[in-house]
Amino acid sequence: MSFFDLRRPLGWLFSTLGILLVIAGLRATPATDARSLGININLIWGVVMIAFALLCLWLARREARRRTQAAGSSPK
Amino acid sequence: MQPIHLGLIDGAILSVYFAFVLGIGFVLKRHMRTSMDFFLSGRLIPAWVAGLAFLSANLGAQEVIGMAASGAKYGIMTSHFYWVGAIPAMVFVAVFMMPFYYGSKARSVPEYLKLRFDEKTRALNAVTFATMTIFSSGISMYAMALLLNLLLGWDFNLSIWLSAIVVLLYISLGGLTSAIYNEVMQFFLIVAGFAPLVFLGLRDVGGWSGLQTRLAAVSTAEGFAPGAFTNSWKFMGSAAENPMGVQWFAMLMGLGFVLSFGYWCTDFLVMQRAMAAESMSAARRTPLVAAVPKMFFPFLVILPGMIAIALTQHHGASGFSLPAKPDGTPNYDLVIPMMLGHYFPSGILGLGLTALMASFMSGMAGNVTAFNTVWTYDIYQAYLRPKATDSALLWMGRAATVVGIAVSVAAAYFAAHFNNIMDLLQLVFAFVNAPLFATFLLGMFWRRTTGHAAFFGLLSGILAAAFHHGLTQPHGAMTLAKGGWLGHVLYVYPSEMAQNFWTAIFAWTTCFVVTILLSLVTRQQKSDAQLTGLVSSLTPRTTEADVVWYKRPAALGALVLFIALILNILFW
Repeated sequence: MSFFDLRRPLGWLFSTLGILLVIAGLRATPATDARSLGININLIWGVVMIAFALLCLWLARREARRRTQAAGSSPK
Repeated sequence: MQPIHLGLIDGAILSVYFAFVLGIGFVLKRHMRTSMDFFLSGRLIPAWVAGLAFLSANLGAQEVIGMAASGAKYGIMTSHFYWVGAIPAMVFVAVFMMPFYYGSKARSVPEYLKLRFDEKTRALNAVTFATMTIFSSGISMYAMALLLNLLLGWDFNLSIWLSAIVVLLYISLGGLTSAIYNEVMQFFLIVAGFAPLVFLGLRDVGGWSGLQTRLAAVSTAEGFAPGAFTNSWKFMGSAAENPMGVQWFAMLMGLGFVLSFGYWCTDFLVMQRAMAAESMSAARRTPLVAAVPKMFFPFLVILPGMIAIALTQHHGASGFSLPAKPDGTPNYDLVIPMMLGHYFPSGILGLGLTALMASFMSGMAGNVTAFNTVWTYDIYQAYLRPKATDSALLWMGRAATVVGIAVSVAAAYFAAHFNNIMDLLQLVFAFVNAPLFATFLLGMFWRRTTGHAAFFGLLSGILAAAFHHGLTQPHGAMTLAKGGWLGHVLYVYPSEMAQNFWTAIFAWTTCFVVTILLSLVTRQQKSDAQLTGLVSSLTPRTTEADVVWYKRPAALGALVLFIALILNILFW
């Protein structure tokens, strides 16, 4: 028996954090962006984190499918 | 400095992280049925997870805060801790030593010493390691509490107890697996939290060339050549030419060979992650998987320090500067938190803080999981209750987690008396770890090495470290904790770093020589059959002919070394 695939919680954590950053980014004003040299770093980085999260979840799903297929073709 | 005010979103980000940390512990609880599940994750961890945990377990306070502080103090030379120190050692342990660690089926590094040598060598290692690891855990806690106090105005005691309880919960629930999973999440969080910081900082100083120009001014102000902060090797000809005060031989031998190999090849804290890997092949790839991101960590943790000191000297567009300590020198330990507070607006600020907290907590958790394993297998089961049932061991593991954390809390208050965390840790490592690598090297590659020799060699190495430290001092030492406590100072080193490197060199050489000499005059107590799988010449080679090249440790190791070489040349 193996543990659950770590990419799943990793994907969920990063997508949640990414969404929170995007929310912060959408509410940004030139005043809040002044700190980050005029860049809306929340929005950009939030999107990057969501993309990473989706990659993790996709990889975890692909792995899970492969396992069930392998288990289906060669039952122990 | 003014405490930073956290917004609603920052609070939400921190809360989400804590919920995930504890959630992982709760989900893993049902998997913890035997002591092997709890202490070694049932040896079920895939290589990439073990590798990232191998990297992260070491990524506690000393790495994040200490490396940024060193970056500010010494510049790009700090990268030697990675490109000369960690990387070659990680390749060595993967290619040459892992077959014996993993192949011996030992459950811990001290247990390997028992199988290879004898009971007393194991006891010495188990006791020194358990003490050291708890100390490190306390330092992590102390650093975190201090930062949260400065940064957010949180109460020092509250931070210590809060982090202690969170770590206690997730480890006692999910054991090593919980620690490993959280370490991997922490690795990604650190990258996610610090990469934008480095990006903004670099933009503010005008990129690498802008940083070079600004640091040239810092360098000449301190009396060095203009490039002393931005060249890693060029000014290592003599100790007086570079800010670290270390000459190339002490660097290569002390840090590159003794300290780094001593740490990455023998420290159970990191080795435990590889021992938990799902197969021999996964165990051997563990340090190599770790080495790849490790090579690029200087850009995440050292660059902020260099940027911070450059901006302090000549304000950038944003007007950043490091606060000064009461004696007028910049407070280097505040590099990362100050930059987070300066560049990050609410939102990503919460992410940066989460990354920082994650690094402290998993640094602590790594130490606690290593401690409870060594305590339970190598002290409790070995000497106190040899007939303990497995469920008693599992119970003891949880109890040791509680005790270990309680002792760490005490150590945290003790650590409050020392100012530079990095130098203090190096000192402890020099005493305990540096001689140990000589013992393992001889034990694994020279069949003649005997138990008595290993024990007394190790002991003399530790004593040599203590004597050397007691008889020398770094330049400008103010307290006896920095050396010279034997009442007579034989030699004054240009810097504390140089003194630490030489302490390590003396300790290693003493242990190496004494172990060889004693091995020649004592009888080998172990038969060849007992040593099979533990010593190189008595272990059959595993064939790799049918393995694809990128899964072969030697090929991967060579590739990693090649990239590290290029990085050294780029920043020469």
